[in-house]
Amino acid sequence: MATTDPISRSLAIEVQALVKTYPNNVRALDGLTFAVPAGTVFGLLGPNGAGKSTTVKVLNTLSRPDSGIARVAGLDVVQQPDAVRRSVGCVAQKSGVDINATGRENLTLQGQFYGLRGAALKARVSHLLERFGLAAAADREARGYSGGMKRKLDVAMGLIHTPRVLFLDEPTTGLDPEARADLWTEISRLSGDGITVLLTTHYLEEADQLAHKLAIVDRGRVVAEGTPDSLKGELSGDAIQVDLTHAVEESRVRAALAGIPALREIAIEGATVRARAEKGGTAVPGMITSLEAAGARVASVRVTRPSLEDVYLRHTGRTFSQADQGGAR
Amino acid sequence: MNLVRHSWHMTVRHLRGLLRQPWWIAISLAQPVTYLVLYGQLFKRIVELPGFAATSYITFVTPGIVIMMSIFGGGWNGMGIIMELDNGVMDRFLVSPVSRFAIIAGRLIQMSIILVVQTAIVLILGVILGARFDGGIVGLIVLMVSSVLLAVPFGALSNAMGLTLRRTESVIGASNFILLPMIFLSPVFMAPALMPGWIRAVARFNPVAWAVESARSAMSLTPDWSLIGTDLLLLVLLTCAASWVATKAFTSYQRSA
Repeated sequence: MATTDPISRSLAIEVQALVKTYPNNVRALDGLTFAVPAGTVFGLLGPNGAGKSTTVKVLNTLSRPDSGIARVAGLDVVQQPDAVRRSVGCVAQKSGVDINATGRENLTLQGQFYGLRGAALKARVSHLLERFGLAAAADREARGYSGGMKRKLDVAMGLIHTPRVLFLDEPTTGLDPEARADLWTEISRLSGDGITVLLTTHYLEEADQLAHKLAIVDRGRVVAEGTPDSLKGELSGDAIQVDLTHAVEESRVRAALAGIPALREIAIEGATVRARAEKGGTAVPGMITSLEAAGARVASVRVTRPSLEDVYLRHTGRTFSQADQGGAR
Repeated sequence: MNLVRHSWHMTVRHLRGLLRQPWWIAISLAQPVTYLVLYGQLFKRIVELPGFAATSYITFVTPGIVIMMSIFGGGWNGMGIIMELDNGVMDRFLVSPVSRFAIIAGRLIQMSIILVVQTAIVLILGVILGARFDGGIVGLIVLMVSSVLLAVPFGALSNAMGLTLRRTESVIGASNFILLPMIFLSPVFMAPALMPGWIRAVARFNPVAWAVESARSAMSLTPDWSLIGTDLLLLVLLTCAASWVATKAFTSYQRSA
């Protein structure tokens, strides 16, 4: 293979200071940097428009970066695009299934692109159909497949040439909960095969469940990186969420809560007040009293252990759903 | 070698997709029949004009109809690539090592096969309606070659346009704007001798005119082989240029993806 320095050899994906600006002047990637050790499931977590899909498109050679370095399996995506294409498998956000062809035909054509032929190709196709539970539907046109079946066929196509690295771009978006759980099981099984998986998702639970390590992406940059547990561990204490019956002027809420030393990282978003405290349970009564004294009516209170949502909030200053709605691309 | 193999797999894929849409086959077979009957009837008496040279309009217009189908078939081919961009199939192809050329070639080979079938139907119907092809089998082969050599470059350009503009509306607009004038600025329906001088002048640079001229000459009693050779050579050069543009369009797509 091509020149690989010792560090690259154990890294399946290396991204350094990647920048990509679209013709409409949207800066999708703004100095993105991360590294994925071989054989792990790495999650890119972020809201719509954070730059996740653009990252995958640069890594699978679909898109050219303006600047920065991106290496996959030790190969430079700009210098050696053909070698990169042969060593990666891709499952795009949008299904690439040809609905006018059967599942078997889709897989066979995909295999032919990678130079598989004859009996070996036939066996590989049957094996994948079997493995993803598509054997019974293999010779039916894919237009009749359910969303979950199409998605599994997409994953199977991504695996046809036994790639070293697999990109899964929002693989479960639009699937019903049952199909999602089903696909999660498949993805977990993949990492057992020694393949490196780059998973992008805007579902926090998905990243939490599947990724060994993850990077939180916001506006084209990595804002936090680590294992789901270590990221959650950075946040000491519980998250408190108080929903008011109606929004109250922010300054009044802040003034009311300023007198409670146990509360940290107070964030106000409409009628919702969020804060952290070492012991959530003991901080709540005082919080309610102060808020009601300031004229706010409390509708509900929730105390939770730290979640990735909180990690996101802490690193970007926005809640996930807020960012998701404001997303451009 | 990969290029040939991949083009073949792509052609098979397109033909299989086509065979699964019987209504589409019906339309593409009915279309040439309608064209030939309608235009043949509408302009029937045009041959009575002094100086038209031909004596039977159906004999005159049959190769013209074939060339018209060819430019339409090519010009609209880019619509399919937009569909494949929209439904995600194209991106799946592009992240694989499949030859970029084969992606376009598969579409154009399928189109050429349809075109040859349509041409055969038009010719048979033409004979039924009274057309005579004095050039014999050689003339018919030149007609097929001319029509394919016209459809392929326009198909390649249409695909390049699809990859660059990426919106069906834009391709429809551009094709409408270009295709019909190209037919009327050529001797498809009218003998060159009776065309206004300026149209005759423009037609010399019009690929539709090259194709119809070479076909008509080869199908006549006295083929002018130097004219046929020149026209076909021009069409070959156009095909090379258009293929180059189409492959370049992938680079521009990649830059904006």
